[in-house]
Amino acid sequence: MGLTLSWLSVIILIPLAGLFLKSLELSPEQFWTILSGRRTLNALRVSFGLAFAAACVNLVMGSIIVWALVRYRFPGRRLFDAIVDVPFALPTAVAGVALTALFAEKGWLGAPLAALGIKVAFTPAGIFVAMIFIGIPFVVRTVQPVLQDLDPEIEEAAGSLGASRWQTVIRVILPSLAPALLTGFALAFARAVGEYGSVIFIAGNLPNVSEIAPLLIVIRLSEFRYADATAIAMVMLVVSFVIIFAVNRLQRWAQSRIPAR
Amino acid sequence: MRRIVPLAAGLIATGFLASAALAADINLLNVSYDPTRELYAEFNKAFANAYQKETGKSVEIKQSHGGSGSQARSVIDGLQADVATLALAYDIDAIANKGLTATDWQKRLPQNASPYTSTIVFLVRKGNPKAIKDWDDLIKPGVAVITPNPKTSGGARWNYLAAWGFAQKKYGSADKAKDFIGKLYQQVPVLDTGARGATVTFVERGVGDVLLAWENEAFLALKEFGREKFEIVAPPESILAEPPVAIVDKVADKKGTRNAADAYLQYWYTKEGQEIAAHNFYRPRDSEIAKKHENAFAKVQLFTIDDVFGGWTKAQKEHFADGGTFDQIYKN
Repeated sequence: MGLTLSWLSVIILIPLAGLFLKSLELSPEQFWTILSGRRTLNALRVSFGLAFAAACVNLVMGSIIVWALVRYRFPGRRLFDAIVDVPFALPTAVAGVALTALFAEKGWLGAPLAALGIKVAFTPAGIFVAMIFIGIPFVVRTVQPVLQDLDPEIEEAAGSLGASRWQTVIRVILPSLAPALLTGFALAFARAVGEYGSVIFIAGNLPNVSEIAPLLIVIRLSEFRYADATAIAMVMLVVSFVIIFAVNRLQRWAQSRIPAR
Repeated sequence: MRRIVPLAAGLIATGFLASAALAADINLLNVSYDPTRELYAEFNKAFANAYQKETGKSVEIKQSHGGSGSQARSVIDGLQADVATLALAYDIDAIANKGLTATDWQKRLPQNASPYTSTIVFLVRKGNPKAIKDWDDLIKPGVAVITPNPKTSGGARWNYLAAWGFAQKKYGSADKAKDFIGKLYQQVPVLDTGARGATVTFVERGVGDVLLAWENEAFLALKEFGREKFEIVAPPESILAEPPVAIVDKVADKKGTRNAADAYLQYWYTKEGQEIAAHNFYRPRDSEIAKKHENAFAKVQLFTIDDVFGGWTKAQKEHFADGGTFDQIYKN
């Protein structure tokens, strides 16, 4: 316990407190002026909005992948299972460069998309793609063990009691998976909000359009405006914390409902 | 945290230094900007040889490359650089303002402490399909311009000021120059964080019709990717880019490397140093070497930042500081 707390303090709490203290150097008015600037608001909107959208996609697509991996036996299943971890292991900058090459107008995917009039690289769509890429393992890896533990016999029982397939999914499977799905969603979201390396290459980085909040922090630092950078970082920290906390509560609530049924 | 990190970093660094010390008598760290990788790879080797011949001491130079502004910040935040060779004087001024080097650093070496110069040119696709010849061709409809973000890239500031200088002269006022710059940046689909990143976007990703680039970076792109794909267009008029070099006094004195660091920078002003600058596509300062290589570089009318903008500090404040003209383009 003592070791846990001290280690947690050194690694996480003290740096966070440092950030917090740095932001206290700002008066509330200054804080507000920085955050209500159009550029800051747009950067926060791009980061949080696209991270949320990407986490939603990952929630759906991740669930489908998990379902296929757990419930079906097909050739290459183990390989696919291993591939899911690639975005974890890959240096984010490498992922960014690879995705940019793929989706640029001359790239393998970018060229056919460009023919259809869709531009991905150097637009917000590119940020979205990168955030989906780095987020997917979080959903898969949190939901997978739970689904594995879920006995197919429960579904069969539901079926034999007259539930349609749809009813079984909604009333039996989803409630048991809900806590894991929420956790996976929250992790994918949090990761996408803070993502820098993979996004920066594909984003285009135009102020107010495709500029992510972490880049704006870097820009403020390079202007020697540490206070601005800290203020933006604080907002990201607080919002992420609130979301993770809310998801945590939801998760407990979902868990508390299961034994009651 | 504050205490623990430097301690850990110190321990690791001491380990490295101890092992490196076995290899060389003197170790120098040169903190530089992105497009000088190839230049310093060659220069360091030549200097180490010359220094050993003259003093009998071996010297090893380590390089650090990155965006000019962020490199300056690393030095300010404690990176132990003996010399800083950055993209613009403002970045070394920032180091000097923190007391790490003398504020008159630019007077300590000849020619504004810029031993080699460059300018800003256009790199276009083969055959120049959009017929770009001069700065005002850049704002023609349908021309996509690639240039990095002046907030994070020193090279991008030279690009910006070159365009501004042209427009101010041609259209006669700062207001009209601002209009021109506004239109120009509306044609920019990607703002990379550094000069090298912008080159990659243009050359490898195939984005844009024209890359605003350091002349040396444009030549390097031709050399790497072939003259059959790209060509350089030199505008009739552009800016004289003077990337400066300086000793970081505090670090050099602490490490006892001042003599070597001084010799290192002075070596730029020798015939050998100037020759290395020239065949890495930097314009040499030495008139004799410049004469020898004059056909390699386009004849461009060059204006200086002092003439047009009244020096870096003023230019920085008006154009790139918070709320400056660049921010106004994107309405901060």
